[in-house]
Amino acid sequence: MTAELLRFLSLQDYNTRVVLAGACAFGAAAGLIGTFLLLRKRALLGDTLGHSTLPGVAAAFLIAYALGAAGKSLPWLLAGAAISGAAGMVSVLMIRRFSRIKDDAALAIVLSVFFGFGVTLVTAVQQLPGGNAAGLDHFIYGKTASMTAADAWFILCMSVVVAALCAGLFKEFTLLCFDEGFAGAGGWPVRLLDGILMALVVLVTVVGLQAVGLLLVVALLVIPPAAARFWSDRLEVMAIVATAIGCLSAGAGVAASAIFARLPAGAIIVLCAAFLFSLSMVLGAQRGILLRCWHERSATRRLRCEHLLRAVYECLESGPATAAALRHKRPWKPGDLEREISRSINAGLLTPGGGGALQLTGTGRLEARRLVRNHRLWELYLLHHADVAPARVDRDADLIEHVLDPGLVDGLEAILDNERRAAFVPEDPEK
Amino acid sequence: MIPLAIRSLNVAYHRKLVLWDADVTIRAGRTTAIVGPNGAGKSTLLKAALGLIPMASGEALFFEKPLGAARSRVAYVPQRESVDWDFPVSARDVVAMGLYRKIGWCLPVRRAHRELAEAALADVGLADFSRRQISQLSGGQQQRVFLARALAQQADLYLMDEPFASVDAATEQAIQEVLRRLKNEGRTVVCVHHDLDTVSEYFDDVVLLNMRVVAQGPVNHVFSRENLRKTYGGRLTLLDEAVADLSRRGVPGSLQ
Repeated sequence: MTAELLRFLSLQDYNTRVVLAGACAFGAAAGLIGTFLLLRKRALLGDTLGHSTLPGVAAAFLIAYALGAAGKSLPWLLAGAAISGAAGMVSVLMIRRFSRIKDDAALAIVLSVFFGFGVTLVTAVQQLPGGNAAGLDHFIYGKTASMTAADAWFILCMSVVVAALCAGLFKEFTLLCFDEGFAGAGGWPVRLLDGILMALVVLVTVVGLQAVGLLLVVALLVIPPAAARFWSDRLEVMAIVATAIGCLSAGAGVAASAIFARLPAGAIIVLCAAFLFSLSMVLGAQRGILLRCWHERSATRRLRCEHLLRAVYECLESGPATAAALRHKRPWKPGDLEREISRSINAGLLTPGGGGALQLTGTGRLEARRLVRNHRLWELYLLHHADVAPARVDRDADLIEHVLDPGLVDGLEAILDNERRAAFVPEDPEK
Repeated sequence: MIPLAIRSLNVAYHRKLVLWDADVTIRAGRTTAIVGPNGAGKSTLLKAALGLIPMASGEALFFEKPLGAARSRVAYVPQRESVDWDFPVSARDVVAMGLYRKIGWCLPVRRAHRELAEAALADVGLADFSRRQISQLSGGQQQRVFLARALAQQADLYLMDEPFASVDAATEQAIQEVLRRLKNEGRTVVCVHHDLDTVSEYFDDVVLLNMRVVAQGPVNHVFSRENLRKTYGGRLTLLDEAVADLSRRGVPGSLQ
């Protein structure tokens, strides 16, 4: 296996080089155009498109056979695929436009009908005398390894076309995907732009048939951009990351199938993409799960610390702040109170006093007073003046009273001046 | 010059007629509210005039020309709910979309455009939010981003679809401010509006619409109890609320 790995990495085989170049070019193009497909909320249309290429491939083969030509020239078959793929897509759009059938049903109907028709045609082709139709099922499952140099060049050219159009029409596609109505009102030819976008999707799908097959081609249109979304909130970055992920998964898939000769490259490509997707979902720098958990965790921690300080402060208003008194103030999860107390002592906010009671340190006292003051102001505000200025309430503060910003608190103070009683609302510690 | 003249506009969805021979004339340099019950075809009127949905018959003239010849003078603010706010763009990117026509086909957004976009954001009080991803804005802020996008277009006629719908008080104030400024600059504003309470406060003219145009003209002439009853039909609770409010505000000519 090491020998195979070395052979692959050194790219000695001409064939490996060809397949790698072709697959990577396809992966990159799919990731790029998939970004817009995903943002246009048409991911499933890509799946339907993939499936509806089958009758075209078989029909093209049949026509070539009837004309006595060698039926298996790739561009010819792919032209058939493109036509029937486009027909499938148009059918979906027509059903959507002229009937009250919902989107998902329209997609499911077209997908299965076209695929069923395709399977029928392929079966018919296979029964032709001397038909030599063995290659057709490559389009269903993909056979990356059968790629020739000419195929790879073809894919490469198509990818360049896709990249050039996406770069040139980046701004127009963005507008189309984000706000079709505004684009239309501004005089942009929405239909034309939509047509160009979907034609590019058809092009990439058809090109990918050979690499990953029509069942799986949608994976490379959708998974890379979906993964890329976890890494950035900017469309330019998302498009570049999606391109890279598509390219990388295709390359890794080809490598795996070169090293383990029995594995089907198409499926491995999709699995690699899925792996990168899960990685992005967990680690993503913008919306990854880890990041979110970390944010939530630190927010909960801060909240718990503030709860404790407030509870201690309130206990001290009427007596000693013992653990029992704190428990009485508010419910704590088992162990939480002890953990939080020792954490706050370490942070220099609390000191253990005599008889198991807690005392606030200087900083702790200032912090606790600020919190209690904020909290009580907020309570008063909700009770009496919630109708005064809802616009000035930070969205998050609706849920967590602890994140009132100082400016707002000053405003509240002015509003609530009438009801302010020294004993009820502690003075601002900084004044 | 009349910024927008709609003549016998008919619009149908499937077999149902939504707008019926609507004739609307918008006067230049004024703010106009289009008011009517749900399903009255208020948004449809704007969309059909802008060619976003097909007209069954009729025409819409912008500055006495067909829309195609007056595009650059018209700005549209769609309903906030019409787009996905999870889209990976920043507030500034959205506002820059208002400049796309000026930038032209295939050319990128350049620094000068970004600066214009930031200026438009500052006009609606969102200067500090220009780099924010749009899902991290509150609903009212999103509405203001849409408004800023239209402001960046520097148009003469602004068509806004429910700009005041479910926004916070700060946004309401900011939009009101913008309307006033646009009017002072001699521009024309048309808003689909749902809140009867504020019509007379925010707008000069009103178009009362319920599938057909019930009445149109200056607010203090047209926005009367009688006309509201014609527009809203038997929905008395709503009507009574509005009337109560009118009397409280003392709108001239509205309650005699």
